[in-house]
Amino acid sequence: MSLPLDDLYREIILDHYKRPRNRGELDPHTVRAEGNNPLCGDEIQVDVRLADGKIEAIAFQGRGCSISQASASMMTEAVKDQDLKDVAELVDIFKRMMHGEDVDLDELGDIEALEGVQKFPVRIKCALLAWTTLEQALDEAAEETP
Amino acid sequence: MTPSMDLGRLRADFPILERRIRGRPLVYLDSAATSQKPQAVIDALVDCYRNYNANVHRGVYSISEEATEKYEGARDKVQGLIGAAKRESIVFVRSTTEAINLVAYSWGRQNIGPGDEILLTEMEHHSNLVPWQILAAEKGAVLRHLSVSEEGTLDLDEARRLITERTKLVGVAHMSNVLGTINPVKELGRLAHQAGAVMLVDGAQSVPHLPVDVRDLDCDFLAASGHKMLGPTGIGFLYGKTELLESMPPFMGGGDMISQVWLDHASYNDLPWKFEAGTPNFADAIGLGVAVDYLQAIGMDVIREHEKQLTAYALGTLGELPDVQVHGPRDIDIRGGAVSFCLGDVHPHDLAQVLDQEGVCIRAGHHCCHPLMRKLGVSATARASFYLYNTENEVDVLVSSLDKARAMFGQFGPAGN
Ligand SMILES: Cc1ncc(COP(=O)(O)O)c(C=O)c1O
Repeated sequence: MSLPLDDLYREIILDHYKRPRNRGELDPHTVRAEGNNPLCGDEIQVDVRLADGKIEAIAFQGRGCSISQASASMMTEAVKDQDLKDVAELVDIFKRMMHGEDVDLDELGDIEALEGVQKFPVRIKCALLAWTTLEQALDEAAEETP
Repeated sequence: MTPSMDLGRLRADFPILERRIRGRPLVYLDSAATSQKPQAVIDALVDCYRNYNANVHRGVYSISEEATEKYEGARDKVQGLIGAAKRESIVFVRSTTEAINLVAYSWGRQNIGPGDEILLTEMEHHSNLVPWQILAAEKGAVLRHLSVSEEGTLDLDEARRLITERTKLVGVAHMSNVLGTINPVKELGRLAHQAGAVMLVDGAQSVPHLPVDVRDLDCDFLAASGHKMLGPTGIGFLYGKTELLESMPPFMGGGDMISQVWLDHASYNDLPWKFEAGTPNFADAIGLGVAVDYLQAIGMDVIREHEKQLTAYALGTLGELPDVQVHGPRDIDIRGGAVSFCLGDVHPHDLAQVLDQEGVCIRAGHHCCHPLMRKLGVSATARASFYLYNTENEVDVLVSSLDKARAMFGQFGPAGN
């Protein structure tokens, strides 16, 4: 079995890791969620500000490996200014991609670069962390505003 | 390397070491997680299943007798390894984790009450933390923890302060799986006994790597895992002083642990079988017995000496690198061969991934020690850990492979946390 590391650590992933986008806290925020990956100690906090059924602003902070941090950074760029419905769809597509299903990569833009992660089973959780945390945040927000 | 150990010949006993990963020799530096197995242990398992597989303590036919004899023989070997006075002291369990849970469940539920204190340390593995948390929550007991110093050691003065007449149990890892620290469990046991408390030693990392003598340590309980000491997975043991084991209620109920059973009550079997409910994992216990033979044929003191030299070499080479931070004591006399380190701001997970590409297996993560990671101020560490089959050359491969990680991730990383 030979897995080229370049499949995992694509240039764009390393770039997001080096220069994370939307890193920090958001004040004010509609909802904040925290996630962690007990297996490797990755931690993440996602702040979301909602307006008119859209993600108006989003920020993340945390610590973890390049994959978890780059995935978070890429996610924030992808979901910003998006309708919640589209966000839910994107989260779904991303999760399905991580689980090895065939998905329409065009829908994903830059995020497509994370496709290689699914060949490294222990890293899938790293890539998913930010996404499941965002999902959790949006679920909480939905519960609070009936 | 000690003259009494021919490393080349010894390595040939471990077939997995011939494996190549992506064309490179396997460099296995994760024996603190689980050790590799010599051919003799693998053969013992095959021999059992092929030639005398039968349930133990049951059949009157010859292969059952043979299996029983070998299973009980393995107990004698473990007894010999740790210098226990009586074979009844050795209870076969699944692992260190199960051994500690057995004590927490059986001894703990009988002896711990509201306000009683259980003293652990900040460097414990989750398996020596969580069972006590569950017990304390149930009984209204109080958990206390000896702190870990900058150098990764415990402080006996603090122990003198914290061990009081309220203390009912002191539970400490003999050797830390993260820092490598060898803790003064004998002295801690003495303090525990002076206060009337019971001493439990987590021997998961010490029994495989050091001469351990329970009579010298005078501990009340000692737990260890077979898979970390060249034996199979799924088998470990609890040593307990017989007076304590006698006084404790059973852990699990079922076959084998009973003497007589009525519909509404039962009387229990003698030690050690009182604590071995159901069909035991005899095949793996027999494999563990063979592993003990293997270790003793080399000599635990010889193994310790080899690992000391290797660890000194690793601490020396890693310690020279300006971007490597090594955790744990530098004094080779108080540490074993589990070496946790960080490479600049490269995340350990990424480091381990890059090293895997070079055939080098190291562990990255929290090593089942969340509280210790918080104490060290990191979310994870990389850890190389050594055993009798590792070589200085393998340390060199580790060190030279760090360059690959530097090239990919060096001099950057998330700005702050
Ligand atoms: C110090 C220590 N205690 C306990 C354990 C638990 O061992 P097991 O998982 O075999 O029960 C380990 C294993 O990593 C350990 O290193």
